[in-house]
Amino acid sequence: MTLRDIAIKNLLRRKAKSTFILAGLTIGIATIVAVICFVDSTAHDINTKLEKYGANILIVPRTDSLALSYGGMSLGGVSFDVQPIRQTELAGIRTIKNAANIAAIGPVVLGTVTIGAAAASLAGVDFEAAGILKPWWKIDGESPGPAGVLAGAEAARILNLNVGQQVTIDGQALQVSGILAPTGSQDDHLVFTHLDTAQNLLHKPNQISIVEVAALCHDCPVDDMVAQIAEQLPSAKVMAIQQVVKGRMETLAHFKKFSYALSLVVVAIGGLVVLVTMMGSVRERTSEIGIFRAVGFRRSHVMRIIFMEAGLISALAGIVGYLTGVGGVLLGLKVFGKATAAIHMDPWLAVGALVMAMAVGLLSSAYPAFLAAGMDPNRALKTL
Amino acid sequence: MSFIICDTISKTYGQGDACVKAIDEITFTVRSGEFVAVMGESGSGKSTLLSIMGAMNTPTSGRYLVDDIDVYALDGEKQADFRREYLGFIFQSFHLVPYLSVVENVMLPLTTTGHSRRVKEFMAHEALAWVGMADKAKRLPNQISGGEMERTAIARAIVNNPPVLLADEPTGNLDTRTSKTIMTLLARLNQQGTTIMMVTHSTACAGYAQRVLKVRDGLLIDTPNPAEAAACV
Ligand SMILES: Nc1ncnc2c1ncn2[C@@H]1O[C@H](COP(=O)(O)OP(=O)(O)OP(=O)(O)O)[C@@H](O)[C@H]1O
Ligand SMILES: [Mg+2]
Repeated sequence: MTLRDIAIKNLLRRKAKSTFILAGLTIGIATIVAVICFVDSTAHDINTKLEKYGANILIVPRTDSLALSYGGMSLGGVSFDVQPIRQTELAGIRTIKNAANIAAIGPVVLGTVTIGAAAASLAGVDFEAAGILKPWWKIDGESPGPAGVLAGAEAARILNLNVGQQVTIDGQALQVSGILAPTGSQDDHLVFTHLDTAQNLLHKPNQISIVEVAALCHDCPVDDMVAQIAEQLPSAKVMAIQQVVKGRMETLAHFKKFSYALSLVVVAIGGLVVLVTMMGSVRERTSEIGIFRAVGFRRSHVMRIIFMEAGLISALAGIVGYLTGVGGVLLGLKVFGKATAAIHMDPWLAVGALVMAMAVGLLSSAYPAFLAAGMDPNRALKTL
Repeated sequence: MSFIICDTISKTYGQGDACVKAIDEITFTVRSGEFVAVMGESGSGKSTLLSIMGAMNTPTSGRYLVDDIDVYALDGEKQADFRREYLGFIFQSFHLVPYLSVVENVMLPLTTTGHSRRVKEFMAHEALAWVGMADKAKRLPNQISGGEMERTAIARAIVNNPPVLLADEPTGNLDTRTSKTIMTLLARLNQQGTTIMMVTHSTACAGYAQRVLKVRDGLLIDTPNPAEAAACV
């Protein structure tokens, strides 16, 4: 017989009360675990999506003139006639420290051409890289070959281009292999060809006007990569496109704060449940505590019994709460059709849940334990 | 030498108009190995006196010494240690813990000692065997009779061999035959050297004692000598 035996036996005797305390704490812990787990998974999900979202680093030539924009984003200044980037220089990008994080490098050459009788903007791109950089592109027809043209929606309308049609660009015959569905961006107004084809048409061999880079950036700061690339291309200007990421992350941060506050309230209510139930339990056990004191238990022994009971239930609540919380999120993601969003398992979350449950359980039992220990044994024995 | 000394002890409950003087300047001594019965009308202050002797009820004034220890000069935790080492309690309403088995109830005073589990179990079974309850060790208190509960309570009171046994109407809830068994046990315990203070309403029970203290309205009215006490039987 030890104090622990007494604690366990009492818990087993008062199953309803023990279950009630367990449930109160478990709900609190499960809520907070679910929220953290959900927020984490969502952040993870957003990061993965952002990687697929397209370019997050732009490389443009250094210039002091002409503020232009591309794709609705300020480029700081692109002039088609400024000192261009050499295509051969781009190989250096693959040698940076975080080269493994680069998903795609999309060099673009820009210039104006005449198609039939009208002037148009021509963009030479790497269509393979474009598949990663611009996942939202929808092509009616096919991605063009070396002698093919892909027309933006607006360009096709104005120039009256159809799939399969022959066009003459600056005197050279090419075939429209596809038309881009409207994207709402600058792309709608452009005519795309292979990079080599465009460089020939524009008489800009080995020249690049702009480079779009997609970096996988959830484990490396994009700023680091920008610095690494800038080192490789000293004559160019390298910038991160962060607005989109920042915006989403801020929304997530607000949601995080709100849900943490909410789960703290739930945990506090769980603590109150423990407090009230423990108080009732201590009152009910007045005579029993009187016996303990009469046979020579110290105040601290009585306190230890109460804390052991609270600790045991709390530890159980921590474990059950963690499993329930994680399970709830898994189920939720499945129900809401986000099964693809892999749940982010963090062992520290399990430890945290246990510690939190114990802290709340023990803290809430402090007053009841104090009351129990302070009972006058003589009076306690008279209550029978 | 006196083992127990109650020196002008008073106990007043409540304050002002609601004030009750339960014990009024009682002085007496008990020798080691003595068996003393405390008698008196209901409300005369017997239980109060016993709880003071049990280190569970601080007197309003006066000193209480056991084995030269000034009990109420000790702090609360030391008083608990004193109870564990010096005292065994037997109550009228048994006061067994309902969710602990007979043997676990007997082990209660050993819980906070340093003995190993095996030693504790051995001591508890010894005590149970002594009161003749060895065969019912595994039962819960609600599965045994009143007399058996009382014997369990005695086993619990003597399990750690305390020098002093305090019994408040130990036979108050028992029939004559069972009372006799219990009293025989107490007498045997006294023969083995345990000092016993027993509150009782029964002159038959008081007959087992060597001395009777009579209490009326909180006052000790006379301390009959053992010969007189014997005449009470
Ligand atoms: N905690 C208390 N608060 C106030 N008054 C009390 C308290 N305990 C006892 N009393 C009063 O003190 C007096 C003595 O009570 P006590 O219980 O010592 O009597 P008793 O001799 O044991 O009586 P009985 O034979 O009925 O058990 C009584 O008048 C009682 O009402
Ligand atoms: Mg009484």
